[in-house]
Amino acid sequence: MSVRVLAPGLLTTLQDGGRTGFRHLGVGTSGALDAHSHAIANLLVGNPATAPVLEITLAGPRLHFDRAARIALCGAEIDARIGAQVLPGWRRIEVPSGSELALGACRRGARAYLAVAGGFAAPGILGSASTDLRAGFGGVRGRMLAVGDVLPVVRLSLPPADAVAIAAWWIDPAPDLDLGTTQVVRVLPGRDAVAGERALFAEAWRVDAASDRQGLRLQGNALSSADARERISEPVAPGTIQLPADGRPIVLLADAQTHGGYPRIGHVIAADRPRLAQLRAGDGLRFEPCAPAEARRLSIEQRQRLARIALAIASRG
Amino acid sequence: MSDWRVETLGEDALLLRFGDRIDAALNRRVHALAAGIAAQRPPWLCDVVPAYATLALFVDRFVFPASADPLHEVERWLDAQAFGTDAETVAGEQRVVDIPVRYGGEDGPDLEAVAAHAGLSAQEVVARHSTGDYSVAMLGFAAGFPYLLGMDAALAMPRLDTPRTRVAAGSIGIGGAQTGIYPRQGPGGWRIIGRTTLPLFDAVRTPPTLLAPGDRVRFVVDPASTTR
Repeated sequence: MSVRVLAPGLLTTLQDGGRTGFRHLGVGTSGALDAHSHAIANLLVGNPATAPVLEITLAGPRLHFDRAARIALCGAEIDARIGAQVLPGWRRIEVPSGSELALGACRRGARAYLAVAGGFAAPGILGSASTDLRAGFGGVRGRMLAVGDVLPVVRLSLPPADAVAIAAWWIDPAPDLDLGTTQVVRVLPGRDAVAGERALFAEAWRVDAASDRQGLRLQGNALSSADARERISEPVAPGTIQLPADGRPIVLLADAQTHGGYPRIGHVIAADRPRLAQLRAGDGLRFEPCAPAEARRLSIEQRQRLARIALAIASRG
Repeated sequence: MSDWRVETLGEDALLLRFGDRIDAALNRRVHALAAGIAAQRPPWLCDVVPAYATLALFVDRFVFPASADPLHEVERWLDAQAFGTDAETVAGEQRVVDIPVRYGGEDGPDLEAVAAHAGLSAQEVVARHSTGDYSVAMLGFAAGFPYLLGMDAALAMPRLDTPRTRVAAGSIGIGGAQTGIYPRQGPGGWRIIGRTTLPLFDAVRTPPTLLAPGDRVRFVVDPASTTR
């Protein structure tokens, strides 16, 4: 079966669990920014947690299904309908052959994830189906979706659906995801200190409109590095908080470059990175300091919650 | 005894530091250690990412039991390996890659400016640039973009104040004391002196990049170069 793109939405890309092992060649990670929502969408339709999905940014695409399909929408709260039927998020939904899925605006949060049972079939390039927008490969020809794209889906034999059928049960993503307009994320120490010990944590930052999959650019009272010496380029990672000369932090996300020469003033913990993905321009962001042992505990607990969600979904058959 | 210090880079990586300056000897140490670690292929190792004077080890934390501190375990593993401090251990394996370059003209719109800045003729800039013995300090900025050490210091020139919005794929640039090659068309602030038609990055090729960290590079003047 396949899904045809009638309208592409603002920035819709094919993403999976990301590309590891090629940062030494300058190839970034890519992959779903909100890995938690991505995983739950896949689990709801019976896919492996890291299967390729569509990542939808702020305004969604219109899609035509040429066969019956089972889908799930997770992440941002998004207007979704098939004909007059409104579709809720975080549920398994059976879709009849010939359906047109209209995805509108994200009401809360910035990124929604559409999973289809069987998974979108995309060639794995350097071990991943994810779109690398900067390098221009992966996903659908290395770019965001365009009108007329046809996305093949790995064929499953599903019972034919006469009408849209929405499961009566759903998954609650709390506490791992929160679509409020102010997020609190926890931060491990970076190599470089900020002048004024607590300045990074002192007040809320606002997300700048220039943010993208490479990084969240923040507005607020400019910080200064405690040591203003020029630095040479060193490896960076998704979650790294850089401090450019203008004093406005940049939180690196999945599409970030592999090296950077700005001071590194912290690293957002892995368990809180899904929250970063859901921030929109103008939203607030607060940082809180975190110790490594605490970050480890939070990450393991998040993984355990995901494992329990997988079991709960599997028990529904 | 090791000649690097261990730092953390968030919770997924250790950063091994030999220093904090651009120096060919330090960079050789980085590549020697990277090769030594990669050769061991420990099951938790996701990536070994060299830079000028640092080396990041990306770790799959979930290979370790929940009770363990993964980065601490990796540090203990490093201690137990007793990697040598001899940079020459990899010197024999260094590949040499020849890159043909058309200097000047449309391919190198900044060649004259670099020449003026250096107080040299365009031909002399080409002669000095193409006789250098370069090594790939690291790949970064973009997929397959090599940061090359070894350029004649006389050719150094600051980046453009305002980066170009479009630099052609294969463009050879000078940024400060370094030279590099843009794998893909895109914005860029380095002074462009020439261009190669060799593909620097092709995701579906194995390996995907023309150059690997630690490789040696020679530029070969294409007779079609435009130098007055």
